[in-house]
Amino acid sequence: MSERRRRVALLVLLGVVLAGAPAPSRAQTSDRTTSDAASPVDPFAGLTSPHFEAIAAAVGRLGAEGAPQAQAVLRALSAHHLFVAEDGGLYVREGESWTDARTGAPVASAPAGARMVRENNRVRGALAQAMAGQALLGGDAAARRDAAVRLADHPDPAMLPVVERALATPHEAGLDVPLQRARAAMLLSPGAPTTGEQAQSAAVRVLRDAGGLDARAVLARFAADEAAPAEARKAARRAIVTIDRRIRLWNLGQQVFYGLSLGSVLLLAAMGLAITFGVMGIINMAHGELVMLGAYTTYLTQKTLTAVAPGLAAFSLPLAVPVAFLVCGAAGMLIERGLIRFLYGRPLETLLATWGLSLVLQQAVRSLFGPTNVAVATPGWLAGSFQLGGLTITLDRFAIMLFAGAVMGAVLLVLRRTALGLQMRAVTQNRRMAALMGIRTARVDALTFGLGSGVAGLAGVAVSQIDNVSPNLGQGYIIDSFLVVVFGGVGNLWGTLAAAMTLGVGGKALEPLVGAVSGKILLLLLVILFIQRHPRGMFPLRGRGVES
Amino acid sequence: MTDPTMRITRRDFARFSLAASAAMLGGSRTLRAAPPSGEPIRIGVLHSLSGTMAISETTLKDVILMLVELQNRKGGVLGRPLEAVVVDPASNWPLFAEKARQLLAVDKVSATFGCWTSVSRKAVLPVFEELDGILFYPVQYEGQECSRNVFYMGAAPNQQAIPAVDYLLSEDGGGAKRFALVGTDYVYPRTTNQILQSYLKQKGISDADVMVNYTPFGQSDWQTIVSQIKTFGSAGRKTAVISTINGDANVPFYKELAAQGISATDIPVMAFSVGEEELAGMDTKPLVGQLAAWNYFQSIDTPANQAFIQEWRAFTKNPRRTTNDPMEAHYIGFNLWVQAVTKAGTTDHDKVIETMVGLKQPNLTGSVAEVLPNHHITKPVYIGEIQEDGQFNVVWQTPRAVPGQAWSPFVPETRNLIGDWRAPIRCGNYDTVKKACLGTRHV
Amino acid sequence: MTGGFAFRGVVRTAAAVLAIAALLALGSLLPQSTPLSVSPFVVTLAGKYLAYAMLALAVDLVWGFVGILTLGHAAFFALGGYAMGMYLVREIGARGVYGNPDLPDFMVFLSWKALPWYWWGSDHFVVAAVLVLAVPGALAALFGWLAFRSRVGGVYLSIITQALTYALMLAFFQNGLGFGGNNGLTDFKDVLGFDLHRPGTRAALLMISALVLAGAMLATRALVGGRFGRLLIAVRDAESRTRFLGYRPDQVKLLVWVVSALIAAVGGALYVLQVGIINPGEFAPANSIESVIWVAVGGRGTLSGAVIGAVLVNLGKTLFTAWLPELWLYGLGALFIATTLFLPQGLMGLGRHLVRRRAEVTPEITRPAGDAA
Repeated sequence: MSERRRRVALLVLLGVVLAGAPAPSRAQTSDRTTSDAASPVDPFAGLTSPHFEAIAAAVGRLGAEGAPQAQAVLRALSAHHLFVAEDGGLYVREGESWTDARTGAPVASAPAGARMVRENNRVRGALAQAMAGQALLGGDAAARRDAAVRLADHPDPAMLPVVERALATPHEAGLDVPLQRARAAMLLSPGAPTTGEQAQSAAVRVLRDAGGLDARAVLARFAADEAAPAEARKAARRAIVTIDRRIRLWNLGQQVFYGLSLGSVLLLAAMGLAITFGVMGIINMAHGELVMLGAYTTYLTQKTLTAVAPGLAAFSLPLAVPVAFLVCGAAGMLIERGLIRFLYGRPLETLLATWGLSLVLQQAVRSLFGPTNVAVATPGWLAGSFQLGGLTITLDRFAIMLFAGAVMGAVLLVLRRTALGLQMRAVTQNRRMAALMGIRTARVDALTFGLGSGVAGLAGVAVSQIDNVSPNLGQGYIIDSFLVVVFGGVGNLWGTLAAAMTLGVGGKALEPLVGAVSGKILLLLLVILFIQRHPRGMFPLRGRGVES
Repeated sequence: MTDPTMRITRRDFARFSLAASAAMLGGSRTLRAAPPSGEPIRIGVLHSLSGTMAISETTLKDVILMLVELQNRKGGVLGRPLEAVVVDPASNWPLFAEKARQLLAVDKVSATFGCWTSVSRKAVLPVFEELDGILFYPVQYEGQECSRNVFYMGAAPNQQAIPAVDYLLSEDGGGAKRFALVGTDYVYPRTTNQILQSYLKQKGISDADVMVNYTPFGQSDWQTIVSQIKTFGSAGRKTAVISTINGDANVPFYKELAAQGISATDIPVMAFSVGEEELAGMDTKPLVGQLAAWNYFQSIDTPANQAFIQEWRAFTKNPRRTTNDPMEAHYIGFNLWVQAVTKAGTTDHDKVIETMVGLKQPNLTGSVAEVLPNHHITKPVYIGEIQEDGQFNVVWQTPRAVPGQAWSPFVPETRNLIGDWRAPIRCGNYDTVKKACLGTRHV
Repeated sequence: MTGGFAFRGVVRTAAAVLAIAALLALGSLLPQSTPLSVSPFVVTLAGKYLAYAMLALAVDLVWGFVGILTLGHAAFFALGGYAMGMYLVREIGARGVYGNPDLPDFMVFLSWKALPWYWWGSDHFVVAAVLVLAVPGALAALFGWLAFRSRVGGVYLSIITQALTYALMLAFFQNGLGFGGNNGLTDFKDVLGFDLHRPGTRAALLMISALVLAGAMLATRALVGGRFGRLLIAVRDAESRTRFLGYRPDQVKLLVWVVSALIAAVGGALYVLQVGIINPGEFAPANSIESVIWVAVGGRGTLSGAVIGAVLVNLGKTLFTAWLPELWLYGLGALFIATTLFLPQGLMGLGRHLVRRRAEVTPEITRPAGDAA
């Protein structure tokens, strides 16, 4: 094959690529003509440009000026329904029908050479801004509020007229604060109309009282602006100090929240172990793999529900809770009957056997589901966060905290208030006596281990929301779980709770000080030292039979 | 150590899979080369199939098996069939060294395709140099290495990290003025961040505007760090995150970003280790607009790429299977090796290594990968934004393929070093000022 | 077998180790064409197995004879390895990639300016040899002193040994610590002037490993035999009673614990010499658990069993990761389960079982709280 032929083939290939691929912004020369054709009167012209810069600018203009059809075009753009044809025409595609975006008139046939108007972060940012502007003028109460907050957090002086108009028209009381904040932030942002020192100082005060990181960012930018009046800048610097002080205070609370949420994850992961290890004395090294099974069960439940009843997909997580409990509980009972019951009284041998089992389970999941992560979606009602004063409470973490509390309560209830719980305690305290009283110890063993495994499965449901769901998932939790149980004191669920929260809050307190890695090492060493001082954990069981 | 039964089963298996795939694809194929015959040429596949790295590496093993199968269908190499020798180093670095030795000394493979992590490459490097093997390394890495026995098919820092920062600094990328460099604590992020810090300084970004944070492997609780990033971003200037977070820890990181409400339009995250395979395991809706820099994206629409994706999906019998950058690197490496063997007319390691430099292989995205004297290749750089469907939307690319630099000019210790394995220099770490080859490497 | 441990096999096993090692070492020096020639690959492998056998022997010493189930012995193994690795890295000298005679490569490219103080002297073999013993020994002494004095026992001890090795792993992963981070230490050239890649050096290292292992076997046998051995059994099986009799079980345990750590450390040093890389992965808790499993497979409390178990399990791993790369983990997992279920005494027990049935002394070290039947 001659070099020339290869080169020709390559050129052809390149040509195909250039024609077929969406032209990235660097390919500037080829499309210069269309972008120059933008006439000042046509507010839509920028959208036909291949340059993100021009598209973003056009979106901004549409949002601020509110041309007729603008809202429909913006909506189409954000839904990936806006197309530009070869002749520079803009079209909206809804299913198979096409309309002219500029006029809203239906078009008979698909326009020639239509390509989708592309987005990047810049366009997306401008779009969100423009949509907020539109919503502020025409949306319902909730949408208007969201829009005002959005505009306050992303101040763009170009939107100032919109905010002024919204302020001028009668509006509900709750909207006033975010609108004032938005206005103040816009007045202090670069490119704002000159309003004089008085107005700027007033704006600084508004932002100071609002507080928060976004307001701080605006103030910081303003304070650094050499062209701004000195007095207002000084006020801004003072406001930053005030805000920073407030943020630092809230930060303490925030760290505690992070710590408690980490502690809840540890608690969930360790609770099953606290039952199997703490109550039964079984060192179950496959515990992490049971958590993994729970996570995969969540994945399967979600997948099945999405396939069978897409409308109910948002509820797959509540459904996964009982399913995971039953699946993992059953798996646990199987393990107990098939393996562990032959090893009672030999806890260290159990460790080895269950370690082998964990290898098998990992590889089995790898063979079945593949070695890569599987995606477990976060339902809409768990996504995002809410503000509690200056605290950011992330919903998924918050839900896990509540869930951990509920599981803990349920386990305690089972152990304390049910016949099964009574039998479990009887068997663990004195097996032979319990047997003589007519308790079927073998059955109780299986059920107890099933309970512990089921709780591990529940941990898997929770973990699927914040971590990888992969065959390696269990490995990440096993060491921490054991540490929590041992640190808390074997056989004591309250000890497990205390240990999990101590490790969680302690870890999160150390992290900002010494870094994530050193924090973890330090915590491990502290736990080691603690156990050497208090060999049976924080809450040791006292009484007869503790020491053999 | 060679066991005849083992070889028979493996060959049987190869024959079986060949027959199976032929039955599957064969109908449409009219043009078939004469079946290869003779003693098979063996190539080694050194990817972890178990342990923590299996998540990434198993796919690469499958890619090589597919390429071998395709090559055999085309008549093999030098008229002889190819045979892949697959071993499992189990994400254990000393075991990588042991398996490398086994492939070279016992199985006598002609070339090896393998490794993912830098530590695995460092572990096998002495073995490949001692036994004079050939390793094709498919993953982007920190550079600062240039061995005669390794061909680096992944990106060096100047083929990924530097262009990515250029993009973030540009208007289109948001014109970032503050950078949070977040990474897992191992050598790739350390070196990359060191290079980037020095580069950012050159670009006029002061030290106060750069935040560096390292986390352990498998970090799953990102609450504190994400809130630190948020605070860092509240200084009134556009902030971007450059993430060298290792595969496993990415899912919880992005989940936390989404939960704390940091969107790509506020603080974009540019990742160097998140590709299509990683996204396949994530809920991508909250990630739209987050960035990644690679030399290949599945979404790049070229005939070669389409064909490759189709072959891959047929081979894995999964119509939705994704492709990613290291897979393309293996595709390039494998074809370069086939070219070199064909051109040299032998599988002799020394001759193949000599032949490699200067060879050209069209990559899957429409440009050409050329093997450079420093055993790196030319690669185009793409910046992609994550889309809702888990694919990347290319928003920027370098105008032409970028030649890989083994040694970074932004690190003072390596500023003057180059690698050139041609005569007369024949040195991987040649000091252009002292005009001398540093250390004692193979001649 | 109530009065002491049965060790008739130890001498025989030590002799077998020496003989096989000698055979392999000599075979590797023969020209490739001769029928008895051994590939250098096999020699390196055998050397690695023997290093692992040292670790297994160390684990058996504390688990089999004092009843301490350690899940962190790989820490001592790895520390010994690092001490040796430091010396080997310094031996590279100016032959490194950057040609820097003072700093190892990984320090140069992370822009370190000078050697940290704890690297001082590491360029002398004698210092390295002392460090191999001193560092793990000191750590074991400190840890053991604290733990045994407060009577931490049973699973509590197991879990904190695991936490210890986990903490060390995280620490060594950090690049800031100055041991090469995740990459660890590698690319060694020679030891005491002998090229590590030469077959002669390899054969010699294998022989040295075999000699050290055999020596360690005989030394541990001497330690646990006789009067002291009986005291060990007493501590293992009835610690409280031994204490009431006036003995100091904590001191007994501490002594054996430190000796065991030293054996593991020497194993680690030999391992690095032959495998050519040491990195934080060696601290992984999984490695420690695996070493316990070698002992379990071979037969706990027999010394020979530890060595045989370590060699066989690792041989199996080598073979099956090559033959059945996708399935070998099933096999490994099944092996552990089967051993504990069907071979509670390990392979050695199986051998003895075939000879005669005998009354079983179940070494029950710990019972979980509340399970006192």
